[in-house]
Amino acid sequence: MENIVNEFLVESYENLDRLDRDLVDLEKAPTDREILSSIFRTIHTIKGTCGFLGFSKLEAVAHVGENLLSKLREGELTLNPAITTALLNMIDAVRRILASIENKGEEGDGDDSALIARLTELTCTGGQNETEAAASSALEQTPAAERAAAKQSAAPLETTPEAESGPESSKASVPVALSTLSDAAGPAAETGRSSNVAETNIRVDVGLLDKLMDLVGELVLARNQILQYTATQQEPSFVQTSQRLNLITTELQEGVMKTRMQPIGNVWNKFPRVVRDLALACNKQIRVEMEGKETELDKTIIEAIKDPLTHIVRNSADHGVEAPEIRIARGKPAEGRIFLRAFHEGGQVNIEISDDGGGMDPARLKEKALERGLISRDDAARMNDREALNLIFLPGFSTAEKITNVSGRGVGMDVVKTNIEKIGGAVDIQSKLGQGTTLKIKIPLTLAIIPALVITSGGDRYAIPQVSLLELVRLEGEQARTGIEMIHGAPVYRLRGNLLPLVDLNHELKVGCARTREDDVINIVVLQADERQFGLIVEGINDTEEIVVKPLGKQLKGLPLFAGATIMGDGRVALILDVLGIAQHSNVVSGVRDRGLVEHTNTTLNETEDRQALLLCRLRNDGQLAIPLSSVARLEEFNRDIIEVAGSQEVVQYRSQIMPLLRLSNLLYPGAGELSSDSDTMQVVVYSHAGKSIGFVVGKIADIVDEVISVQRKSREPGILGSAVIQQRVTDVLDIQGLLQMADPGFLNDLRVQ
Amino acid sequence: MANTNQFCTFYLDSFFLGVEVLSVQEVIRYQTMTRVPLAQAVVQGLINLRGQIVTAIDLRRRLELPDRPDGELPMNVVIRTEEGTVSFLVDEIGDVLEAQEGQFEAPPETVRGVSRELIRGVYKMKDRLLLILDTEKATAIENSSETSVEKRG
Repeated sequence: MENIVNEFLVESYENLDRLDRDLVDLEKAPTDREILSSIFRTIHTIKGTCGFLGFSKLEAVAHVGENLLSKLREGELTLNPAITTALLNMIDAVRRILASIENKGEEGDGDDSALIARLTELTCTGGQNETEAAASSALEQTPAAERAAAKQSAAPLETTPEAESGPESSKASVPVALSTLSDAAGPAAETGRSSNVAETNIRVDVGLLDKLMDLVGELVLARNQILQYTATQQEPSFVQTSQRLNLITTELQEGVMKTRMQPIGNVWNKFPRVVRDLALACNKQIRVEMEGKETELDKTIIEAIKDPLTHIVRNSADHGVEAPEIRIARGKPAEGRIFLRAFHEGGQVNIEISDDGGGMDPARLKEKALERGLISRDDAARMNDREALNLIFLPGFSTAEKITNVSGRGVGMDVVKTNIEKIGGAVDIQSKLGQGTTLKIKIPLTLAIIPALVITSGGDRYAIPQVSLLELVRLEGEQARTGIEMIHGAPVYRLRGNLLPLVDLNHELKVGCARTREDDVINIVVLQADERQFGLIVEGINDTEEIVVKPLGKQLKGLPLFAGATIMGDGRVALILDVLGIAQHSNVVSGVRDRGLVEHTNTTLNETEDRQALLLCRLRNDGQLAIPLSSVARLEEFNRDIIEVAGSQEVVQYRSQIMPLLRLSNLLYPGAGELSSDSDTMQVVVYSHAGKSIGFVVGKIADIVDEVISVQRKSREPGILGSAVIQQRVTDVLDIQGLLQMADPGFLNDLRVQ
Repeated sequence: MANTNQFCTFYLDSFFLGVEVLSVQEVIRYQTMTRVPLAQAVVQGLINLRGQIVTAIDLRRRLELPDRPDGELPMNVVIRTEEGTVSFLVDEIGDVLEAQEGQFEAPPETVRGVSRELIRGVYKMKDRLLLILDTEKATAIENSSETSVEKRG
C-alpha cells in the first residue's frame, strides 16, 4: 500500500508542476482545448486515484476543481483571472494535502471548505462580474458559519455527471478506479505519443542512481589503476583486454552520467507561475518566454541552481520590469518580458535570464554602494559602468527604494553568486538603462567526474580542474632565471605582452621549498578565476586524468584551498585544488579593485581580435622576417639531399606533387648571404593555394607571436610589405602576393587560369 | 549482564583508551597517507579506504601527548560519526572488553586540559583504568579558514 501511495505522490507532484505552467499558458489562450484537456485529465487522475486510496479531502477538492474545469472544457465558461486564481489556489491546496500525506501519512487538518465553496460558486456563475481583488477577498473572508454550508453544498455535487464515476462506497472503489484510469488513458492514447513515453520510461529512485554513479566512479579509478599497470606489461592479450575495459568504462561512465541528466525545463517550469503571482502582486504584466528548455544538466547541478535562478527571476519581475503605465510612457509595450535561454557551449551550460525592464543605472548603483559604505568615494570615481554593475554582487547591497516582501532585503545577489561559483560556475551581468538587464550564468555539465590536470608540489600530487585551466608555460634555462620579474616583491610573468601575476603553490601550501632563482625549469599553470588570470608555479606537471570528485571530511571543510579529494591510479589520495580559493587566498582576486583589472584584461582581449598571428623567421644573421600565419599551410624540414632541380628551379617531391622551392634570402636580400647553417636540413614554410603548394626556404624558424602590426617604414623592395618592430627587433613583413609576382609569376598565373 | 557495554580498546602513550564497539567500523594497519597542507597538526592526512576518502586524526596530537617515536607505525581505528567516517591513529590495538555500568565514573575534577573535554569517563577495570573517548568531540576539530589564514600572518 505504501508503495502505491508513494507512486501516487511522485506522479501527482510531477503533474502539479506541469499544471502550474499549463494554467498560466491557458490564461493567455483561454480557449485552447488541448491545454484544457490536459489540465482536466491531470485533476481527474488525481481525483480518481485518491478516491481509490481513500483520501476523501483531497478527492473533494479535486472534485470541485474538476467540475469547474469540465465547464471550461465544454465551453460553457471562459477563463478569467478569478477562475485562474481559484484554480491555482486549488492546486496549492492539493499540494498542501499531498505534502501532509507524504510527511504524516494522512491528509492533515487544513480546512478547504472555503476553497470548495468558491470553486463551486465559480462553476455556477463563472465569476464574470468579479474583479480579481473581490475574488481573493471572498476566499479569505468566508466565515466559519458559511463553511458548514459549503460542506453541504459540496454534497449535492456528487450527483453531477462527472461525479457518477466517483466512489460511493469502498466496495465499489476498485472498479471505479479502473474506469477512471482508463478514462485518463483515453485522451492520452489519442495523441499516441504520451502513451509511448510511458512505455519506454521507468521511474528510478535517485538514491539508486547516486549509488550507481559512485560505483562507476570506483570503476573509473580501478580502470586508471589497471591502465597504469598495463603500461609496464608486454602480454598482448592483457593489453588488449585492458584497452577494452578502458573503452567500456568510458562508455558506461557516459551512460550513467546521462541517466542523471535532467532538462533545465524541470526548474523553469515553475517560473511562469512564480512570475504570474509576482506580477499580480505588483500590478504588472509580465510574460515568460523560454528557449532551450531541453538543455540537460546533472541532477546535482540542477538542484544547486534552482534557488539562485528563482532569485534572479524574482528580481527581474520585481525590480526589472516596470509597471505598465511607466512602460507605456517609455514607449514600450505594457506587457514586460522575461526571457530564459539555455544552451551548451564548450562543455559548459550557459543560462541567460534577461528582462526588457528599466535596466540598472551605474551611477545610482555607485551612489547606493557609497551610502551603504560598501565602497569608498575613490573607488566610485575609478569605477566604470561594468564594474558598477558588478556591485550588485556585493554582500549587503540593495537598490530597492522600498523593501517588498518579494525582494530587496539586501540578501540575494551575493548569495546567488557564491552559490553559482560553488559549483564551478560564473555569473556576469549586462544592463542597459531603459532597455533591460541580462544575467549570464556559465556552469559545468557535471560535478561528479571531471577532467583534471595532475601536478606535483612539495612531493605530493594535486589535481586542478581543467575548467579553470587556460594553458601551461614552461620556462627553461635562461628564461627560467630571467623570465620572472618582481613588482614590489610580487612575481609576474609577461605572457604575450600582458602581465600575469604569479602564485607559488609551494608557498601557498607551505610545503617544500619556495622557488629559487637558480631553478632550471619553471612550470607555470595559467589559470582563470573569476575572470582573472594568474599563473600558478608548480614543481612538476604530470598528466591529465579523469578524476572522481570526493568530498573532504568535516575536519577539513574550512580549508579554502581545496575543493575536495580524489583517488589516483596508484590508489593514493590526491587533493583537488580550489582555483578560486587559491586566487582569493593569494589576493589575486579580491574585492572591487580587481574588477578594474578584469576590465583591463578584457580590453586587451578585445585587442587581440585586431591582432595577427605571425610566424617569425630568420633569414640572415641579423634581421627578422614575419610571415602572416594565416598564409602558412605547414612547416616542413627537408633533407638537403632530396632537393632536385627542374629547369633552373629547385624543387622537392612533396605529397605526390612537385613543389617549387624559393630561397627567400636570395630573393629578398640578394647578395646578403644565407644564415650560416651547417645542418643537413633546411626549414621550409609551405604556402598553399588552390591545391598548389610552394615552399619558402628560410634560415631558421624563430617563434610565433600575436601582434598588432603597425608597419612603420613602407618598403620599396618588392615582396616586402614594410618593417615593424616585433619583439624589440626590426622585422620585415612578407608580402606573399608581391613576392610570388616577382619570383614565380607562373604560380599565380596558373591559379588565374584555374 | 544487562548493563554491560563493549569497548574497542587501544593504547596511546601511557593511556589505555576505549571507544564503543558499535561506533567502530574497522581496525586496519597503517596506510599510506596524503598529507593536507595548511590543515591543523592533528590531521595527519587522508587515507583511501576502499574508495572512500577518510581523514586520519593523530590521537596523540589530539590529546596533546608527545609525538610517536620515529619508526613506529600507528594503527587506524576507523570510526563512524554523525559527520562521516574518521580514522584515529593509535599506538596499538587492545582487546574488545566488556565493562559493567557500575564500574563507570565521571573523570575526577583534577583531570584538566584537553583530556577533560575529550574523555567521557573512566571504567575501573580490575588491573587498570579504561578511559572512554568521546568520539564526537574528538573528531570535532576547529579548522576554520580564519585560523589557517591568521597563522600565515
